[in-house]
Amino acid sequence: MSVTWFVVLSAFIFCIGAAGVLTRRNPLVILLCLELMLNAGNLALLAFARGHGDGAGQVFALVVMVIAACEVVIGLGLIVAMYRHKLPIDADEMSELRG
Amino acid sequence: MLFEQILFFLAAAGALAGAVGVVALRNPFFSVLALVGHLLALAVLFLLLRAEFVAAAQVVVYAGAVMVLYVFVVAYLGGSEEPLGPSLGAVRAVGPLFAVALLAEIAIATVATGLKAAGSRGPEVAAGFGSPQAIGALLMEKFLIAFEAASFLLLLAAVAAVVLAGRRRGLEEAGGERVLQLGRRPETGPQATDRSAGDQGGYGGRAIDKPASAARGGQSA
Repeated sequence: MSVTWFVVLSAFIFCIGAAGVLTRRNPLVILLCLELMLNAGNLALLAFARGHGDGAGQVFALVVMVIAACEVVIGLGLIVAMYRHKLPIDADEMSELRG
Repeated sequence: MLFEQILFFLAAAGALAGAVGVVALRNPFFSVLALVGHLLALAVLFLLLRAEFVAAAQVVVYAGAVMVLYVFVVAYLGGSEEPLGPSLGAVRAVGPLFAVALLAEIAIATVATGLKAAGSRGPEVAAGFGSPQAIGALLMEKFLIAFEAASFLLLLAAVAAVVLAGRRRGLEEAGGERVLQLGRRPETGPQATDRSAGDQGGYGGRAIDKPASAARGGQSA
């Protein structure tokens, strides 16, 4: 399998994730779609690592996984805090900071 | 070679189906399950790319631990169906359009790329490529600072999560009320009353001691 196949697949997954972030309203699902985008980036990194025969890309992918875990923890913490303060769990309703 | 191609297309179809499921399913709980399937399919693709350690970490850490965290939070919030509102008409139409434009841009960049490696299978790699040994050596020798920075970031995120989601009684009386009044919106409609009814179970009293009671209250509403 040529590396291009993997890169094209990762482009598809990234765009599906971007569409989800733009259209969904539940912050939980927005976080899930962010995971999709990060994983698409991971797939591209690993594909290029294979294409160059260099292990550095795999280390980058591991670091991206760490970032994703941090993002999940912060995001879920925010959502739980929103729930505790009885705010609506809806990205559209949370417009207090809109300029 | 043929086996590899069949495996690639099966895993790619699984990954795409999982991704579409995450975006399209209404219930957040099913979205999480679709993401688990997506991650498992991606792990197969990682194995095809000779990234054994990353694939194992993907299954154990991502599809295992992180997704369990998601399932817990969905259960805590009650896993309500997403409301259909008229407020998002324009953005809802523009969003997919933007995604298609992004795909077109990436496709142009990928097809017209001048990278020599892109069209090939990549060079033959040694047997240990992508093994825990090779990754560990890289992490400890070449990318030590990045490794330490990542671990420090994880620590910061853990502390931040405790600060964000933790309930402290002393602060709750002083600062919590103010936040509540500032951030609270007028609740209208049947859904808002549903939510406030669900909150009654866990909101008063020591919710940090008994998160289960809050989850139960949210589900029974």
